[in-house]
Amino acid sequence: MMRTSRIAVMTIAALSVATLDACHKTPPPQPAPAAAPARGPDADSARRAEEARLAREAADRAARARADSIARADAAARDAASAAATLRSTLTATVHFAYDQSDLRPDDKATLDAKIPILQANAGVTIRISGHTDERGSDEYNLALGQRRAAAAKAYLVQHGIADARIETISYGEERPVAQGSDEAAYSQNRRAEFEITAGGNALKKP
Amino acid sequence: MMHLANRSLRTMTLGAALCSLSAVKAASAQDTTFRGVMISGAYDPLRDKIGITVLPVAGAYSDSIRTIISRDLDFSDRFTVIAVDSADPNALRPAAGGTLNYPLFARLNATAVVQITSGGTGLHVVLHDVGHSKIQNAGDFSLPAAGLGRDWRLGVHRVSDEIERWMTGQRGIAATRVAFMRGQAIRIVDSDGAAEITVPTEPDGGSPAWSPNGSTLTYTTFGVSSRVLVLDLATGRSRSLIGPTRNTTYLTPVFGANGTSIVYAREGENGSDIFSIPVAGGTPQQLTAGRGTSNTNPTLSPDGRQIAFVSGRLGRPELYIMDSDGSNVRVLTDYDFSEKNYRSDPDWSPDGRLVAYQERINNDRFQIRTIRVSGGTPKLLTSEGINEQPSWAPDGRHLVFTSTRSGVRQLWVLDTESNRVRQLTKSAGSKLASWSTRLSGQ
Repeated sequence: MMRTSRIAVMTIAALSVATLDACHKTPPPQPAPAAAPARGPDADSARRAEEARLAREAADRAARARADSIARADAAARDAASAAATLRSTLTATVHFAYDQSDLRPDDKATLDAKIPILQANAGVTIRISGHTDERGSDEYNLALGQRRAAAAKAYLVQHGIADARIETISYGEERPVAQGSDEAAYSQNRRAEFEITAGGNALKKP
Repeated sequence: MMHLANRSLRTMTLGAALCSLSAVKAASAQDTTFRGVMISGAYDPLRDKIGITVLPVAGAYSDSIRTIISRDLDFSDRFTVIAVDSADPNALRPAAGGTLNYPLFARLNATAVVQITSGGTGLHVVLHDVGHSKIQNAGDFSLPAAGLGRDWRLGVHRVSDEIERWMTGQRGIAATRVAFMRGQAIRIVDSDGAAEITVPTEPDGGSPAWSPNGSTLTYTTFGVSSRVLVLDLATGRSRSLIGPTRNTTYLTPVFGANGTSIVYAREGENGSDIFSIPVAGGTPQQLTAGRGTSNTNPTLSPDGRQIAFVSGRLGRPELYIMDSDGSNVRVLTDYDFSEKNYRSDPDWSPDGRLVAYQERINNDRFQIRTIRVSGGTPKLLTSEGINEQPSWAPDGRHLVFTSTRSGVRQLWVLDTESNRVRQLTKSAGSKLASWSTRLSGQ
């Protein structure tokens, strides 16, 4: 729905710009006649020409203003959409963990810190954190480890004022790797907590 | 699998002429070979294994029956199966009213000969004692009418187990199955690697474990809706026993010794603890007080009085034993501060003496060990590839486990007495095996 109306706005804007271009191209404004004595029929026609010129300029200005406002609205919509996308990606940014660890590293705390004002500004948003592990270690131990990782990320957010009830934690252990392969490059990507918006994510407000 | 099995078989081909006693006498001057007999494959000394021959079977499904029973006896690791073939299979069987050619089989080092007739309702089995040139035992076994199905196969496996009992006094483990996990599904395979099926479960099911009577499995689901469930194998229906609970993953359920309770772990927001709940439903009883540490993977002693489990209370996962009410906790595996070892996935042996488990030896490589319940130095059982998640067969001698020795994770079976291994599954990614008890039927 959002997307459709944005496309409509953009189409109107594009049409207006095209119209404006056409105005500029078709009959270029005649140079004003050389100043003549302001009396007699010559004076009348000069006045009419001057009035026509002023009217044309006024119409041009109005068209330009209209186009500008549409462009501004479009830009604002684009900005809002991109801001929402940024908010969303900040909110769902993944945090990573060291091997066999569930404690948060400084980088990961920064990732979580960025989520806090967004969660505060959008009280209706609830999230689900899923903990994941690399393929090493016992499968069942890894399910527990994944749950601990999700819990660690949640605990940090709760400590910073986010209501406990807004955050759900689950674990997939090693069952949902994002990177295939049996090397550290894959392992480090797979040791993670993912964030999913479960409600209230449609109209994210800027903090 | 057959390739592996054949390595320990002695395959002999007899010329038809050999089936006469005179031919055997002619060959008797030689030590271990006979004129006209070809011996192929690696020759294993019989050692303490019993040489046994399964004669060509007469009647319906004859080849399948002979193949299954020969393989079962081989996989028992208590017999050396001497495969004898003749141009005329009937020449090996005693003629009607006649006796078996005992001297021939004595020459082949066969201590026993199994003679099977497949009839309308089942099998008539005769076990010959070659040394005493007499029939040692005989019996009739009914089989489902639909040949070659899972139930029929289980019936044939039971014949193998009874032959083993006639010979050794101990029932075999052929009529058992292994439940395991592969590709987000729980599967069950016969002990000989055949008849693999997927069982219906709730999505994201894992960690299957058998009930003592083999009629149900307990398992967990992970992810969005983690629960402990009980699956009735006859109906294919799963019943949720506990969960889902917010912010909680349920783990590692096992049946209590008498099958009336399930012991499991729940990982919440403050570590994990072990609980027990009646199978009929009821209030869970908390058995560990982990205070934020991890406590998972319960396995019960055969008498149900003790529980071995994994705990991270010392910082790394180690094995502990407690009484079934949660009291008297003691560490089973010594903590080694010099190495970052961890031990997990314990399984208490059916004879009660040992706990099998996995240990991280070098960084991320796991190997399987056993340790006496009374403590002491653990025994290392594996070294090739990564080996994990041991589960005891009901004979307390064989283990099924996950191994990467073939390049991908597969289930393998280890005979802890001879160290012989065989590959059980043939599809990559198989893991978390649970070996059933002896299955009595349907």
